[in-house]
Amino acid sequence: MGITDDVLVVGGGLAGMTAALAASESGASVRLVTDSESTLQQASGLVDVLGYPNPHDGDGDDSGENAEAASPVPNPFDAIESLPADHPYRVVGEGSLRGGLAAFDDATGDLYVGEHTDANALVPTVGGTVKPTARYPASVAAGLASDTRSMAVVGFEGDTDTDAERIAAHLEAAGVPFEVTGVTVEFPGDLDGTDQDTRLAHALDEDEGSGRRVLANRVSRALDDADGLGVDDVDRVGFPAVLGRDRPREIRSALADGLDADVFEVPPAPPSLPGLRLRYRFRDALREAGVALTTGNPVVDHDVEDGRIETVYADRNASRVPYEPQAVVLATGGLVGGGIDSERDRVYEPVFDCHVPHSTDRYDWSDADTFGPHAFARFGVRIDGDARVLDADGDPTYENLTAAGGVVGGYDPATEKSASGVSLATGYAAGRSAAAAVTDSQQPPLTEKR
Amino acid sequence: MTDDAPTDDADAAQPADDHAADCGDCHPANAPTATDGETTETDGAPTATDGGTTQTDGGTAVEGGTAVEGGTVEGETGEFEPIEVFPEAGDADLRPGADDCYKCSTCDTSCPVAEVDEDFPGPKFQGPEQWRLKRSDDQDIDDSISKCSNCMRCDSACPSDVPLSQMHNTARAQYVDEQLDKTSLKYWRNRLLANYGTMAKLGSTFPRLTNAIMGNSLVQTFNEKFLGITSEREFPAFATETFRSWYAKRGGEATSVENARRARRERGEDEHADKRVAYFHGDYANHNTPEVAKALVSVFESFGYAVLVPEQRCSGTPMFANGMLDDARRAAKVNVRNFSELVEDGVDVVCSCTSCSMALRQEYPELFSIEGTATVAANTYDAVEYLRIYEDLDGELADGADLSESGGEDAYAYHAPCHARNQGLDGQTVEVLGQVDGVEAADVGDSCSGISGTYGWKSEHYETSMKVGDEMFEHMEDGDATTGMTECPTCAMQMEHGTGYEIEHPLEVLERAVVDDGESGAA
Repeated sequence: MGITDDVLVVGGGLAGMTAALAASESGASVRLVTDSESTLQQASGLVDVLGYPNPHDGDGDDSGENAEAASPVPNPFDAIESLPADHPYRVVGEGSLRGGLAAFDDATGDLYVGEHTDANALVPTVGGTVKPTARYPASVAAGLASDTRSMAVVGFEGDTDTDAERIAAHLEAAGVPFEVTGVTVEFPGDLDGTDQDTRLAHALDEDEGSGRRVLANRVSRALDDADGLGVDDVDRVGFPAVLGRDRPREIRSALADGLDADVFEVPPAPPSLPGLRLRYRFRDALREAGVALTTGNPVVDHDVEDGRIETVYADRNASRVPYEPQAVVLATGGLVGGGIDSERDRVYEPVFDCHVPHSTDRYDWSDADTFGPHAFARFGVRIDGDARVLDADGDPTYENLTAAGGVVGGYDPATEKSASGVSLATGYAAGRSAAAAVTDSQQPPLTEKR
Repeated sequence: MTDDAPTDDADAAQPADDHAADCGDCHPANAPTATDGETTETDGAPTATDGGTTQTDGGTAVEGGTAVEGGTVEGETGEFEPIEVFPEAGDADLRPGADDCYKCSTCDTSCPVAEVDEDFPGPKFQGPEQWRLKRSDDQDIDDSISKCSNCMRCDSACPSDVPLSQMHNTARAQYVDEQLDKTSLKYWRNRLLANYGTMAKLGSTFPRLTNAIMGNSLVQTFNEKFLGITSEREFPAFATETFRSWYAKRGGEATSVENARRARRERGEDEHADKRVAYFHGDYANHNTPEVAKALVSVFESFGYAVLVPEQRCSGTPMFANGMLDDARRAAKVNVRNFSELVEDGVDVVCSCTSCSMALRQEYPELFSIEGTATVAANTYDAVEYLRIYEDLDGELADGADLSESGGEDAYAYHAPCHARNQGLDGQTVEVLGQVDGVEAADVGDSCSGISGTYGWKSEHYETSMKVGDEMFEHMEDGDATTGMTECPTCAMQMEHGTGYEIEHPLEVLERAVVDDGESGAA
């Protein structure tokens, strides 16, 4: 008979988790089944909504100019109207985007900031670039590029991911409105920059050997020895994002005391502590909402009856586990995440074989210009305003199948800087319509006790 | 060990010539026939000859007639060294796995050993990187492979489906085969621990005496000083009656068939329906915690299933973890043969230990090419999972006993074993027990318990093991419950060791909830 829940969400990234929360809030019993551990720890922890709408407008003769060189939009909401009609934001609407952001804010609580404004924040990253972002961890708040206070960036000996001097140089070259300098110090204690971020974080959590004080002292000395700003000239100091997993606030405040400056983290390369913290926070939110989590089982097959998905089969190591939900949310990610796949002659969606619009000529899939408008960047299934997946004729493929996040096409997340926002907006829409599709005729929800 | 020998002899005598015909799960190179290789006398028990370098290689080379377990074939004997582009071509081809790794290091972040041991280079090195290094002939497997505890967390952490644990198991086996001194105490200590079932048979024959001896502090000191088995831990006590002898005494299969038929009649089901499961109990439930095995039998019988208990050996889990792949293969052959017969007859396999189900479902197909492996893997389930899929367990629990009235333990600190997590079963127990009135099971977080089977028994790993376990101990103590719960026997040892709590298996609670619910007067 299989495992029965009202809503089955397939995929555990930001979109899937948002869909699960939205469906659960609408009263459905929800199960989230994922192929592997959440990939949020691969992410920087920054949540963008829209930085560069229509990034390839005006691309032309002077190739080599890419979207990054242009200024980001100050307010993503104002720019939605200018997007193409099949962009997910236009399809599910601003209301869903706001709903998704509200769900995110509820789930993350004091871990994240940015809720106070619609405007983009400009966050310096580990690459020395500035990323337009709608929500960001509280730990990076003191580092915003729009802030005019002077800044020092710190790297650790041995850490090849964070080159503090280079970050400072890049920021300066980008024309930030403040003075910035970079220094590299040894991590206190037995560890160094080659050790895992989680170990460095743990050492600071435990304050082994008064590591926090030692670190602050080393940074002060390094700043005074370096040619750039001295420690007294610096208003804020950015560190690699390893400032604690369990006690990040305490660590930042200890370092701030020692340096007499604000302290922040620079969003890192994966795997990232900010991504890990976000993952744990979301997992807690899902548990609180009563969402059942099944992790490590890819969905491999399904049965269809009367235009509805009846049974979904997950592969559990070798045996197949049947799930019989009333509605299904597909949130398996895009080309990188495996939610969309391709062969030499076709692009397809591997779980339900949903329609993925694409040219039959594979040479149309990419652009000759590396940073040009690649068609593949927009590959994905198409949805309607209720996030239902559409077939080639533009009709719902199955009445109880919605989709969210990277598996949805029609937008270019990397150049637009819109991946998280689209996940939140479509996740919210998909979760809500999945819950609405649950009929009254079914058994009481699984999560409800007698 | 004595009663193992005939089993394996039979195994050796059985021709493998139908292997090629229906083995869909192995590489073509494995298909060729010849008589099956285990002609040697020395069954997995840690006796003298087997495990000597020459013997081991000989035994392996014959299996399947080719360089099946290629990694172990080449080596010291020099007798048979096929020249191949990929030295492991006869074995699982690990190259795609290595190529799929894009070095994101997520596995390293999820590794509980790397978290606490700065000298451990982590799963990314042990898997794909070491595999690449090994392409050059003069490269040994790094000693640090022994520090991997085989928790397999890296498998589910990997976003790119790299078969990390398979690569670790293979590297560890090669390390033990080619680099570990077969005369060293460490080798024999590991062999002894890995072949726990052999010890357990002996122990169960004289349970009280053995328990007294193993609890003796002099013996513990000897173990610590001489063998490198930590004296910090108390050996698990052997039950005075094994599960199998209990099962036999109560009338064996006939009784279970009859009980099941009666239950079906009472449930209003077809009395003549063919509802049977084959129970893989493993060594621990047989020798040490028969109450878990008995609970499984009574729960399944109450759902109308006859529970069959075919002859079986250790699942092989401790052997994989110690790089004793030859020992594991011998055990796996017996298990696959005995269970695949039943599976082909339409009987599914259920396990109460999540490492056992892990071995049957994932490790056997990844590591061995034994006929029937894929069939067994595809039809093996965790016991509770099975009832959730094929029975209305939720409904049954909703109508089941209210345990708050029967005075049973009501609050549990549940730890999900890594091997349950790896099968996607980590949320199951809390979900299921949440349906039982009067029972509250709270998850103590997703950290590893740290013991990882035999790992935490080794003196050199004891400290790491306890450091890994710290987070779990803390969370157990933070909660309200004073009884622990888990599916894994060694996780249970660790939970008890770290907190002093009694530890139960979820099946024991289910038994109280669904068996005899008429008598308890609830619902």
